[in-house]
Amino acid sequence: MTWPLYDRGMIAALSLGFLFGLVLEGGGLGSARKLTGQFTLRDFTVVKVMFTAVVVAATGLWLSEALGLIGHRGVFIPTLYLWSIAAGGGLIGAGFSLGGYCPGTSAVGLASGRFDALVFIVGMVAGVGVFAAAFEPILPFYRAARGPKGQTLEQLLGLPTPLILIALALMAAAMFWLGGRIERRFGGPITAAEVAGAKRQ
Amino acid sequence: MNAEPRGYWPPLVAGVALGLVLYATFMVTGHGLGASGFFARLAAATAGVVAPEAAADNAYLGLYLKGNPLAGWITWEVLGVIAGGLIGSLVGRRFRPGIEKGRGVSSPRRLTGAFAGGALVGVGSRLARGCTSGLGLSGGATLAVAGFVFLIAFFVVGFATMRLVRRDWS
Repeated sequence: MTWPLYDRGMIAALSLGFLFGLVLEGGGLGSARKLTGQFTLRDFTVVKVMFTAVVVAATGLWLSEALGLIGHRGVFIPTLYLWSIAAGGGLIGAGFSLGGYCPGTSAVGLASGRFDALVFIVGMVAGVGVFAAAFEPILPFYRAARGPKGQTLEQLLGLPTPLILIALALMAAAMFWLGGRIERRFGGPITAAEVAGAKRQ
Repeated sequence: MNAEPRGYWPPLVAGVALGLVLYATFMVTGHGLGASGFFARLAAATAGVVAPEAAADNAYLGLYLKGNPLAGWITWEVLGVIAGGLIGSLVGRRFRPGIEKGRGVSSPRRLTGAFAGGALVGVGSRLARGCTSGLGLSGGATLAVAGFVFLIAFFVVGFATMRLVRRDWS
């Protein structure tokens, strides 16, 4: 297999990161107001963009494996630690509503000139310090309820991958339809002009 | 700089583009995109300067401090994200220096929220071993159970928390 290239060099990292930042910013995901609009129901961009991206990338990976381009499980698949991942995901959800960003989007907010994104980043660094200070006492929790190594939905549900991809694509379509209705009811979605304060809707 | 900003990309366009970038990242590196790992390394590097002995003795940060904590793929990737965000916001005339906040919210209140929210995300991302990018997007793209558990917890608690802080974002 020539793919993946397993190229972890500087040029690849900078280039892929650059495209990642460009897309997040272009989609409006560097704006704290647009991001938190997901949870006030005024703006479904976060769900729409994430769901679409997951479906596109997952389909690409499945096709690549089906065509023999990459080997079976040739890419990194994270392993479940049920309690620490659920708790950590919850804390990130809470911090996102309170602080307006998640780690990747805070980097984009900073790049778009936002001082609040810089303060959020300082808070994240402090939070890592708190976690590190408490690391040994919470180790049992951190390692609890470990799932099978790199377990996927196919393995968990015993369903073929294409069926899962179709289900995810249908869910994404439903999110676009339902999200579009809900956000319009709340006066959204939030535009670049509104974020810039140039005009109000 | 005060020119009318260009509109954001439609979510479908941004989503397909993000999916293609994510797919390309898997094909080139063998793993997905991330972000929080960089901030963990930044915290280790900061602790290594502020309190070198305590940091080196710490069971978690000590692992990062065996070498240069900032030397890694994720550091270059996040620097790329910042460059991409900067170019995108400049070209789109969306670059706006300042504090972004809800209407009628004072700057000290917004910055307190940003710091506190950041701290929760800092703890949460280390507990989960990743963030919305590394676990949610990248884990989700590999159809990992871990990715979907993360996403469900993220959205459920995010919605619940917004009920308490809604007036900060009106």
